[in-house]
Amino acid sequence: MHTNSLYQEVILDHNRKPRNYGQLDPASHHAIGHNPLCGDRLDITLQLENDHIHNIAFQGESCAICKASASMMTTVVKGKSRNDAETLIQEFRELATGKLDTNQPHHLGRLTVFSGIRDLPTRVKCAILPWHTLHAALNAIANTSTETHDETQALSGNS
Amino acid sequence: MNSVTISRQADDFSVFDVDRIRADFPILQLKVNGRPLIYLDNAASSQMPQPVIDRLVRYQTTQHANINRAVHYLSEIATTEYDNARCKLQQFINAREDREIIFTSGTTDSINLVMHGYGRKFIKAGDEIILTTLEHHSNIVPWQMLAQEKGAIIRVVPINDQGELDIDEYENLFNERTKFVGLIHVSNALGTINPIRRMIEYAHRYSVPVLIDGAQAAPHMTIDVQSLDCDFYAFSAHKLCGPTGVGILYGKATLLEAMQPFKGGGDMIASVTFEETIYNTIPHKFEAGTPPIAAAIGFGAAIDYLTTIGLDQIAAYEHMLLDYATAILSEIPGVKIIGTAAEKTAVISFTLDGIHPHDIGTILNQDGIAVRTGHHCAQPVMQRFKVPATSRASFAFYNKKTDVDALATGIKTVQKVFL
Repeated sequence: MHTNSLYQEVILDHNRKPRNYGQLDPASHHAIGHNPLCGDRLDITLQLENDHIHNIAFQGESCAICKASASMMTTVVKGKSRNDAETLIQEFRELATGKLDTNQPHHLGRLTVFSGIRDLPTRVKCAILPWHTLHAALNAIANTSTETHDETQALSGNS
Repeated sequence: MNSVTISRQADDFSVFDVDRIRADFPILQLKVNGRPLIYLDNAASSQMPQPVIDRLVRYQTTQHANINRAVHYLSEIATTEYDNARCKLQQFINAREDREIIFTSGTTDSINLVMHGYGRKFIKAGDEIILTTLEHHSNIVPWQMLAQEKGAIIRVVPINDQGELDIDEYENLFNERTKFVGLIHVSNALGTINPIRRMIEYAHRYSVPVLIDGAQAAPHMTIDVQSLDCDFYAFSAHKLCGPTGVGILYGKATLLEAMQPFKGGGDMIASVTFEETIYNTIPHKFEAGTPPIAAAIGFGAAIDYLTTIGLDQIAAYEHMLLDYATAILSEIPGVKIIGTAAEKTAVISFTLDGIHPHDIGTILNQDGIAVRTGHHCAQPVMQRFKVPATSRASFAFYNKKTDVDALATGIKTVQKVFL
């Protein structure tokens, strides 16, 4: 296992100083994500303009992995089109569940610091929750959970 | 508690030969992430000593068949061994008769048996069931299901800031509508030992039966159900160095006889026609289908193992570990111990300032240290202390003082990572 490589400085830094932390008002899209297994709760608001994420913010209570994942996610998807964001969501889910071949072209960039999470099955959902919630916000699902059945595809193979 | 008195007189770890005991547990030789395993998740499940493993192997290799049925050699021997295991459990908790011991799949199953067998028969609309804030979800949810079905009402005993039940409040909850009490003996989340003798005695003034969830008590102290005068007592084998998949429900014979069966099937009947079924006598009435024979026999072997060491000796040693761990962990700045009851088993639930329990658990695991992180299936306790989750170190008699030192070092490592 590579726990050391998981709690890397970039993750610890985003945990300490989360970027885009707070709530947008007004927001065109909003979702609350919940992981009932550990009680983590994440609130994501965004402003979508011309199908691009003009601005995004998150807040909530969570572990360091979840908070850093959310913080890094907001910096990466800001300015991206909805389609590009959905591609990143899909790629991140595959990365976290060990299904992404990082030797093939992908768009995750330094988000690959989360690749170590695949060796910690009980923590995969912590990293995925922000992405899961962003997907819900983009698709106008107000409340979502890591245990939601129609989203199990996102979390298969990790519980 | 007897055990506590003994432990407070003793302050010398050497009276208990922990190294000899550890040699009985093959899994304690394991390395995790290249480090010796420090197993501090005993409240979730304990490890199995070689004599119990050997007993399971001997059963499977020389004694296995289905019980209570055939007349052949193996069936007879399996039946005898299964019945012997029941007698060991009877003696272990000093039940009056062996038929008062029902083998179940575990504590949860035992509680559900009482809910279905007693609750659904005797509890009616408007009746009140008393539970406590300290209950494990397994002693909350079945009663909520019953309350919903019957229109009964659940009343909850609050706790103080130390994690102790408010006994005055408990006594105030009683009235003529009170029909049942479900009470955890030892809190799995905090380690609080509840004054159940006094609480049972009070409930009996109102002729209210009391179910004790003993999952966290039976592994750590001598239990005498006749002396406690509890009506039901439940616990699981796998927290007592036995196998998973088996536990017991103790019930007073008169109550068990008055109850309706929980599960229908083979072995729980005296005769069956399509018009009518006549139920078997206790304990068989509550043991439908093929029971976990191997696990029950393994449970018996685990009881033998623990009895040889002595539950009073175990309690005394574990209390020394608790005192030592409490002192060591309290000295670390940023550590907050949740649950500081005067009477505790060797469980330390704690939080670290600014660090989420799941991150603590993951980083401790890196050092080979196994603790539980989360809500411990006791969300009302977490809500009471306004924390989403805690980290919990729970000790067994095979843990050493050096395990406590390793935990303290591990916690400091966690704090360094998040500095």
